Amino acid sequence: MSVLFDILASVGMWEAVLRIATPLILGTLGVLLCERVGVLNLGIEGIMTFGAMIGWLTVYGGGDLWTGLLVAAAAGAMFGLLHALLTVPLGLSQHVTGLGITLFAASFSYYVFRLAVPTASSPPTIEPFRPLAVPFLSDLPFLGPVLFTQTAPTYLALVLVAAIAWGLYRTPLGLAVRMAGENPHALDAQGVDPILLRIGAIMAGSALMGMAGAFLTTAAFNSFFPTMVQGRGWICVALVVFASWRPERALLGALLFAFFDAFQLRLQTVVDGVPYQLFLMLPYLLSILALVLMARRARVPQALMQPYRRGER
Amino acid sequence: MRFERRAHPSRALTILAPICAILLALLLAGGLIAIAGANPLKAYRLILTGAFGSRLGLSETLTRTTPLILTGLAAAVAFRARLWNIGAEGQFYLGALAVPAFCMLPLVSSLPGPILIPLCLMAGAVAGMVLLLLPLGLRLKFGVDEVVTTLLLNFVAVLFVSLMIEGPMKDPMAFGWPQSVPVPDAAILPKLMDRARLHAGLPLALAVAVAVWWVQARSVFGMRSRAVGLNPRAAAFAGVPLGRTLVAVACLSGGLAGLAGAVEVMGVKAYVTTDLSPNYGYSGIVIAMLANLNPLAVIAAALFSAVMFVGADSMSRALSIPSYIADVTVALSLLTMLVAIFLAQYRIRR
Repeated sequence: MSVLFDILASVGMWEAVLRIATPLILGTLGVLLCERVGVLNLGIEGIMTFGAMIGWLTVYGGGDLWTGLLVAAAAGAMFGLLHALLTVPLGLSQHVTGLGITLFAASFSYYVFRLAVPTASSPPTIEPFRPLAVPFLSDLPFLGPVLFTQTAPTYLALVLVAAIAWGLYRTPLGLAVRMAGENPHALDAQGVDPILLRIGAIMAGSALMGMAGAFLTTAAFNSFFPTMVQGRGWICVALVVFASWRPERALLGALLFAFFDAFQLRLQTVVDGVPYQLFLMLPYLLSILALVLMARRARVPQALMQPYRRGER
Repeated sequence: MRFERRAHPSRALTILAPICAILLALLLAGGLIAIAGANPLKAYRLILTGAFGSRLGLSETLTRTTPLILTGLAAAVAFRARLWNIGAEGQFYLGALAVPAFCMLPLVSSLPGPILIPLCLMAGAVAGMVLLLLPLGLRLKFGVDEVVTTLLLNFVAVLFVSLMIEGPMKDPMAFGWPQSVPVPDAAILPKLMDRARLHAGLPLALAVAVAVWWVQARSVFGMRSRAVGLNPRAAAFAGVPLGRTLVAVACLSGGLAGLAGAVEVMGVKAYVTTDLSPNYGYSGIVIAMLANLNPLAVIAAALFSAVMFVGADSMSRALSIPSYIADVTVALSLLTMLVAIFLAQYRIRR
């Protein structure tokens, strides 16, 4: 028992929670934006992989870290545009298109990576984002290191949660976004084109997914290797259901999830006799559990996965 | 501009569309090869000679086609009923692991081949089934969307395999490498060619494809599964038992993916590792879509993917183009195929 207490009382663990949560926060917000306008985006896993690769490659090629994040976001938006064009005006199966985007984006990133770094036994590294101490606040005991000595993209992710929550519920654009996912016909009747709005929101959401991936290679680690996203994208899709499509609950879900992940990582090192694979399974099993708990209670956008064609029902 | 459904898509268009899609994907991938500084035409010629040019190349291509047919069928039968089984990768691994696990049972390994082989295949299929029935149960019971759960279970399944082959099923003779105990010789599928890896799994997979086609096209179950996919409410009104049909579809789909794993381990490797499958499960999804969910067309689509993968391996050695170009091409062809099928069914009106 005292071992558990030691882990829970350690600053290092709580510091890790926000770091682990950041890509999940960004990715979950991305999925949320797409699904709020009524489109499932299973491209996330591949878009995150591509963002991780291109963000890293930009910095490796001499760009600065923020340029890396920006390039990853732009690349994400481009994949988002592709997904949007296929699923919104053409109305193709959102499941299959999304998986296609994932397979394409992931294999394309490995291809580009191998072209850029042809022979490397150990993956080359970059100088990642350094923790940024917020003046005064970072001197607080416990809370200081846990909350106020994170890397800059983590702060950005937290600001984005607030911004998206505010935008979604307090602005006309947010109302239109929500309507596009609930009742696009009514939106059209109001003179807003649901098709354009959906395309825009999917691009914005996919840009966040690209950034989520880039965080992995420019802040959490300092190099890129294939399969590094490890299902985080799928976990984000599950977290959106858990969050009932609300940004503030998405933050909560990501933090909760990151807490369990940080906890199991530390538990692995102190508990003997339990195979490490069982610990590694936990994040995936927890996501499934979250889905089971929330599936019936979650308020699904009514037009989710329904293509919109003017004059058709 | 708007799209209007064609009342009667013409036969020529339906046949031409997939061909155009593949050509477009090859063209786009050719661009990527050119960017990398190689001649795309030369690259494609090398891919073809690599896949078909030699006895060994041909054997490799057909060996690789075998599991792809089965995982392609797994996705095709599930998607027909709108059961989004994205978990073929995990089902493949459990199916593979089930074979050495089953052979570890007392008395089993002393059985003669003709009895042992079908039992092992069944063990693999059952393992795959179980892994798909789990998320289906969650869908029917709690309304959990199976897309995410099957995806997440892929990771759980591979970790479970890792756990078993480093623990109770570890091969003590493998010098510490994490691999499972080997499958007994009696359970190894017979080879079809001398000094090459091609095995009896290929005719088995072909026979299964024909059988699945027959079930889908000619049986009551096939009709029901299509009805459930097209319009579950109408199907329920017409008296199709929704839950039971989905369970049967899941058994078939998971069973096929598990069978793919069993065939791979009994035909090629003889033991299980965590890199047994180069994404066979995910490729199966692409193959099913390339085949437009038609079980017989799955064979052709699986062959196309296998040619790309095997050919790209030898091409990449000769031209120093990353062999990932094969994955890129196959994924691109999925996207172009989706558009092509759409354009064959709709006309554009201004």
